Amino acid sequence: MLKLEPRQEPSTLMAYASPLLAVVLTLTSGYLLFSLLGKDPLQAFQVFFVKPIETRYGIGELLLKATPLILCALGLAIGFRANVWNIGAEGQLTIGAIVGGGIALYFGEVDAGWLLVLMLLGGMLGGMAWAAIPAFLRSRFHTSEILVSLMLVYVAQLLLSYLVHGPWRDPAGYNFPQSPMLQAAALLPVLTEGVRTNLGFVLALILAALSWVFSEKTFAGFRLKVSGLAPAAASYAGFSEKRNVWLALLISGATAGLAGIGEVAGPIGQLQPSVSPGYGFAAIIVAFVGRLHPVGVVLASLLMSLLYLGGETAQIQLSLPAAVTGVFQGMLLFYLLAADLFIHFRVRWAPKHPVAVHASTAVPEKPAAQEKPA
Amino acid sequence: MMAEHLIAFLASTVGAATPLIYASLGELMVERSGVLNLGVEGMMLVGAVAGFAAATQTGSLALGFAAGMTAAMMLALLFGFLTLTLQTNQVATGLALTLFGVGLSAFVGRSFVGQVVAGVKGVSIPVLSDLPVVGPLLFRFDPLVYGSIMLFIVLGWFLSRTRGGLLIRAVGESPSSAHAIGYHVIGVRYLAVLFGGAMSGLAGAYLSLAITPMWVEGMTAGRGWIALALVVFATWKPWRVVLGAYLFGGVTILQFHAQGFGVRVPSEFLSMLPYVATIVVLVLICRDPKTILLNQPVSLGRRFHPDA
Repeated sequence: MLKLEPRQEPSTLMAYASPLLAVVLTLTSGYLLFSLLGKDPLQAFQVFFVKPIETRYGIGELLLKATPLILCALGLAIGFRANVWNIGAEGQLTIGAIVGGGIALYFGEVDAGWLLVLMLLGGMLGGMAWAAIPAFLRSRFHTSEILVSLMLVYVAQLLLSYLVHGPWRDPAGYNFPQSPMLQAAALLPVLTEGVRTNLGFVLALILAALSWVFSEKTFAGFRLKVSGLAPAAASYAGFSEKRNVWLALLISGATAGLAGIGEVAGPIGQLQPSVSPGYGFAAIIVAFVGRLHPVGVVLASLLMSLLYLGGETAQIQLSLPAAVTGVFQGMLLFYLLAADLFIHFRVRWAPKHPVAVHASTAVPEKPAAQEKPA
Repeated sequence: MMAEHLIAFLASTVGAATPLIYASLGELMVERSGVLNLGVEGMMLVGAVAGFAAATQTGSLALGFAAGMTAAMMLALLFGFLTLTLQTNQVATGLALTLFGVGLSAFVGRSFVGQVVAGVKGVSIPVLSDLPVVGPLLFRFDPLVYGSIMLFIVLGWFLSRTRGGLLIRAVGESPSSAHAIGYHVIGVRYLAVLFGGAMSGLAGAYLSLAITPMWVEGMTAGRGWIALALVVFATWKPWRVVLGAYLFGGVTILQFHAQGFGVRVPSEFLSMLPYVATIVVLVLICRDPKTILLNQPVSLGRRFHPDA
C-alpha cells in the first residue's frame, strides 16, 4: 500500500514546485467545472485568463487589482512566518480607507502635495491602530488573534457603513450612501496615460523589496522567523513572544491600511459602503501561494488579480456568476496545502506489514535517499 | 406594551441562539477530539445554500435540512482528508475551508437569490401553546429548537458518561497514549470532524430555512466564527455552550428590538454588538491563562502521525 514517510530534510524542490502544482490542479478542476456547466472549457479559459489582459488597459487593471493584494499579503506573510494569524486584514484595510478618506474629506479644499502623503500615513496608522487591538488582547489577555481580528472586520465594515449613510454622506449625492468624490490632489497619480494603474503599485513593489530586507537582513525579521519555525528555540534564545505578536500585527495592519487608502485614493475615488471585494481575505491565499516570500507574493498577487478580472469577464461573456472567482481562490489554497505535504513527506510503496518496514527498509534507506538532492 | 416587547425579544433570542448551539456543539466535539476546524463559517454557508436549494427544488424542508447537513459534511470530509490523512496545518486548512465555502456558496446560490420558501413553523400543542407568556416562551418554537436542547443533554451525557465520550476525550488529550493502547486516533477524529460538519450544515440550513427563509450571499455574517468563540467561552463544556448561545442570541436580536425598548442609537452600532461582545467575552475567559490550560484539550490543533 502507499504510505507517507516523513522526510529527514524538507524538500526545497517541492517548496517551489507545489504552488505550480496547485495552479495546474486548479486549472484542471476549472476545466472540469466549465465542462460540467456546459461551457466550452477552452473558450472559457480564453475568456477567463487571456481576454482580460489582451489590451494595455487590461494589463493596467491587472496591476491595479494586484496592488492591494500585494500590500495586504506582504504584511500577512510576515505574521504567518511567526505563527501570528492576522486574518482581519480586510478590517484593517477598511479602517485605513476610513482614516485616509476622512483626512481627504476634512481637507476638502486643499490642493497641495502634502495632502496625499498625510492620507497615506493616516491610512497606515489607522490600519495599525485596528491591528493593535488583537495585538494588545493577545499579548495582555492571551486572546486568540484569529477570532479578535476577524470580529473586528465586521465592526470596521459597519463603521464605514454608518459613516457613508450618515455624517459623511454627500449632501449633493441624491441620497446614495457615499461620500463626495475626492478632489484631484487627494488621488494617487496614474503611471501612464490610458491605464488606471497608479503610484500605489510602485509603492507596493518598494514595500515588497523592503519586506525582503526586513525578513532576511534584520535581527527583528530573524527573530520572527525563528519563532515560527522553532518556538522552543526562540524562547530559549530569549526572543519575546509578545514583541513578535505586536510587530507582526502592526506591520500587517500598516500594509493593509495602506491598501485601503490606496483603493479610496485610487480606483474608487470616494468612500462607499464597501471598499474592497475581499482583498484582505484573498491576501491570505496570496501569502501562502507566494510561499510567504515577497517575490512569491507579487507573483501570486498577479495570479489572484487575474482571477478577479477573469471572473468579471466571465460574468459578462459567459453569464457565469462572478463568484466563480471565489471558488477558484478556495480551490487554489486547498491544492496548495495538499501539495505542500510533499515538502515534508514522501510517498512510498510499503509492504503491508508495518513491522518489516521499521526493521529493514526505513532505517538504512533514509541516508541513502538523502544524498541524491544534495 | 413593554411586556409584549420583552416576550417577543426573548422568543426571538431563542431562535437566534439555536443555530449557534448546533454549530458550537459540533465544533466542541471536533475540538474535544483534538482537531481545530476554523471552517465552521464556510460549512454553515454551504449548508445554508444547499439546504435552501434542496428545499425549493423538492418542496420538502426535511430534505432541505438533510441536504444542508450532507453538503457541509462533504466539506468536513475534505478538511479531514487534508488535515488528518495528509497532515496539513489545521489553522491554514480551516481558513481555506471558510474561504472556499464563501466562494462556493455564492457561486451556487446565485440562481436562488430572491426566491422564497415556506420556512419551518413552530409547533402547536393544544392548550399549552395558547397559554399567555408561557405559551410563546416555551411551547411555540419549531422542532429544531427543542432538538438543540436535546442535543446538548445527549452530548453532555455522551462525553462524560459513555465509553465513546471517554475515547474522544482520550484522543483529544493524549493521542499517542490512545494510539498506544490500540485505538484508532485518526478514525475517531474523522468521525468527530464529520459530526462537526453535519452540525454546521444543520445550523446553516436553519438560517436559510427557519430564521430568514431565503438565501442571501454571506448570510451567516460571522456566526460561524462566533460559534468558534463560543466553544472557548464554554471552556469546552456543552452546557456552557447553551448558556453562551442564548447570551449571544440575545445580543444579536437586541438590534431589532432596541427601538421597541426606546433605544436611539444608529442601527450600525447595534449591529456591532455581537462582534464586540464576542471579543469582550473572549477576553474575560482567556484573561486567566489557567482557565484555558485546564480546559482546552491538550492536543488541540496539533497533528498526529501514528508513525512519527
